[in-house]
Amino acid sequence: MQPLGTSRRDPAPSRAAYRIQRLWLTPMFRTILRAGTPAFLILGAGFWFLSDAARVENLAMRVSELRQSIEHRPEFMVNLMRIENVSDEVAEDIREVTAVDFPVSSFDLDLAEMRGRIEELDAVAGAELVVRRGGVLEVTVHERMPAIVWRSRDALELLDETGHRVAALDHRTDRADLALIAGDGADQAVPEALALLATAGPIADRVRGLLRIGERRWDLMLDRDQRIMLPENDAIAALERVLALNEINELLARDLVAIDMRDGRRPTLRLGEAAVEFFKQITTNPTGDDA
Amino acid sequence: MTELFQTQRAMRNQRQAAMQRGIVAILDIGTSKIACLVLRFDGVANAPLGEGIGSMAGQSRFRVAGVATTRSRGVRFGEIDRMEETERAIRTAVQAAQKMANVRVDHVIACFSGARPRSYGLTGSVDLHEGGVSEHDIARVLAACDVPDYGADRQVIHALPVNFALDHRSGLSDPRGQIGNRLSVDMHMLTVDESAIENLLYCIKRCDLELAGIASSSYASGVSSLVEDEQELGAACIEFGGGSTGISIFIRKHLIYCDAVRMGGAHITSDISQGLQVPLAMAERIKTFYGGIEATGMDDREMIDISSDTGDWEHDRREVSRAELIGVMRPRVEEILEEVRARLDGAGFEHLPSQRVVLTGGGSQIPGLDGLAGRILGRQVRLGKPLRIQGLPQAATGPAFSSAVGLGLHAAHPQDECWDFEIPTDRYAGRSLKRAVKWFRENW
Repeated sequence: MQPLGTSRRDPAPSRAAYRIQRLWLTPMFRTILRAGTPAFLILGAGFWFLSDAARVENLAMRVSELRQSIEHRPEFMVNLMRIENVSDEVAEDIREVTAVDFPVSSFDLDLAEMRGRIEELDAVAGAELVVRRGGVLEVTVHERMPAIVWRSRDALELLDETGHRVAALDHRTDRADLALIAGDGADQAVPEALALLATAGPIADRVRGLLRIGERRWDLMLDRDQRIMLPENDAIAALERVLALNEINELLARDLVAIDMRDGRRPTLRLGEAAVEFFKQITTNPTGDDA
Repeated sequence: MTELFQTQRAMRNQRQAAMQRGIVAILDIGTSKIACLVLRFDGVANAPLGEGIGSMAGQSRFRVAGVATTRSRGVRFGEIDRMEETERAIRTAVQAAQKMANVRVDHVIACFSGARPRSYGLTGSVDLHEGGVSEHDIARVLAACDVPDYGADRQVIHALPVNFALDHRSGLSDPRGQIGNRLSVDMHMLTVDESAIENLLYCIKRCDLELAGIASSSYASGVSSLVEDEQELGAACIEFGGGSTGISIFIRKHLIYCDAVRMGGAHITSDISQGLQVPLAMAERIKTFYGGIEATGMDDREMIDISSDTGDWEHDRREVSRAELIGVMRPRVEEILEEVRARLDGAGFEHLPSQRVVLTGGGSQIPGLDGLAGRILGRQVRLGKPLRIQGLPQAATGPAFSSAVGLGLHAAHPQDECWDFEIPTDRYAGRSLKRAVKWFRENW
């Protein structure tokens, strides 16, 4: 016998099932569901998390703690600073300006900024900072070499070949090996001064120094209070001319106060007092008579 | 006539638009089953070309991506009878086919066998103004056909020019560019009951689909079952369906006659059910397993078990011989074939140069049908299976699928390019001039 009341299920899909299947077969819908839903969930979770300030703060704190614990591992700690290529007092100055409290994490060292501060020192031309293995901060310094002594209005200073200040000097005699320049603005023209001094090599034993006049030209000071007044332009050529005259006529050995080279066409001589007298005598009485 | 022109144009455009999308579903709504094929149109990439390959090779423009069949419900005589039920059945078929194809289908081309198709032959002729025949002249002559009064409750689903004649020369399939004075056309037009189309439209709309085309399944099965030379020389395709038997006659690759006998396999089943006192499901079962047309001595001894579950011992333990079953089936098949013969005679089939008859459809699988059909129809009869198309599973290649396959071929290779020609401008101009005059009258 046939059991009653068990009608077979309708094989047809319901309208809803049919529509859902059609929707699911729509490529656009599938793309949105596959890519859009995870993106939406992630964004939503992110926003939900960020919506509470305390939670965010907690997270930030944890992150910074973690960061610190990594930064303060012994592998990253710097324990001492080694300064190379430099005299003790400059090294002392460097330690002073960098002012690092060792031990410190290498993450906390701002090497570029430290280098800037070290290079601000007058005695330092350049510096290289490297953190070496074993926690050593190595500072390699290129020191400024003094090339000349400058007597300014209030102090005696050492300058390097570019005119940059290196250090103060107590007595001229401390660095008797260096030449002396003086006058306002003399430090602005140190390269020219050095060139002039090199040119003046043949009379080096007589040179006492260079004097900057009016911040524009040089006077070469010799002993016996003689001076060679050099022009603003082509000072070296003018000096060479004087040296040539000296070689032929022994000009500088004579009783002269100054050789004025400022007029480019001819040198002008200023005679000493005795020479002036003698000159007057021979011009008023050319025959040499005492009458 | 302009209305016919415009509706045919609209149908063509609708189908072209659907095919542009690349995915079209074919829905064969029969009395016994609903078949859904999902076709993927991917261009003419692998269409074979060369000598001897005809236009039917257009089938390779598409491949079948999904197939589903379901038992039909709520359909009688090939017409939708209970919409709710039919809608469910359509939904089942479409969903399964979509699932197999893994793609969503929006456009459906449907066919049904019933709705009392009626064929009309139309003629029209125009004088040619300037010597040669232009596309414009073809459009003009198509528009000049005088349409018979086919009734207000009927609708044209198929209208194609079959033959063009230029002066005294007939039999032109494409008269464009030829010289003459008078162009005339023979057109075939098929009408069906409007209510059937409206019901179908409603069901398909309820399934969230869009109807992109409609055809008679008699025509569709003729397209798929007749081979090319049969279509060319003249042949009739008889489709044994569940609720109706379709007849279509082709010549020179055009449909010239289409009709349907409102009897089919379902009537044979109900005859068996009544004659042998068995439920319909069992009648269907023994019809398909043991059915036949010609009884032999062997069939008297072959007993068919028709046991049931009523509780009456005598009733439950019955057996019938296969000869008895054949005795029930044969008169009905004869009746159908007689009716078909009457229709063919009425259509003047005997005047065709070739009188090949092809039997197809699910009912054509009855053993011995070709012999009986040969005797009754008196012609060369063969059994036809649908053309093989790419991607169609083996289970769907039988004669029961000839209309579904044919509809796919029809969609891929419609013969209605002529409706693309511009609507005749003289009518256009006259109408717009009238409208302009009307506008002036109303406004000044």
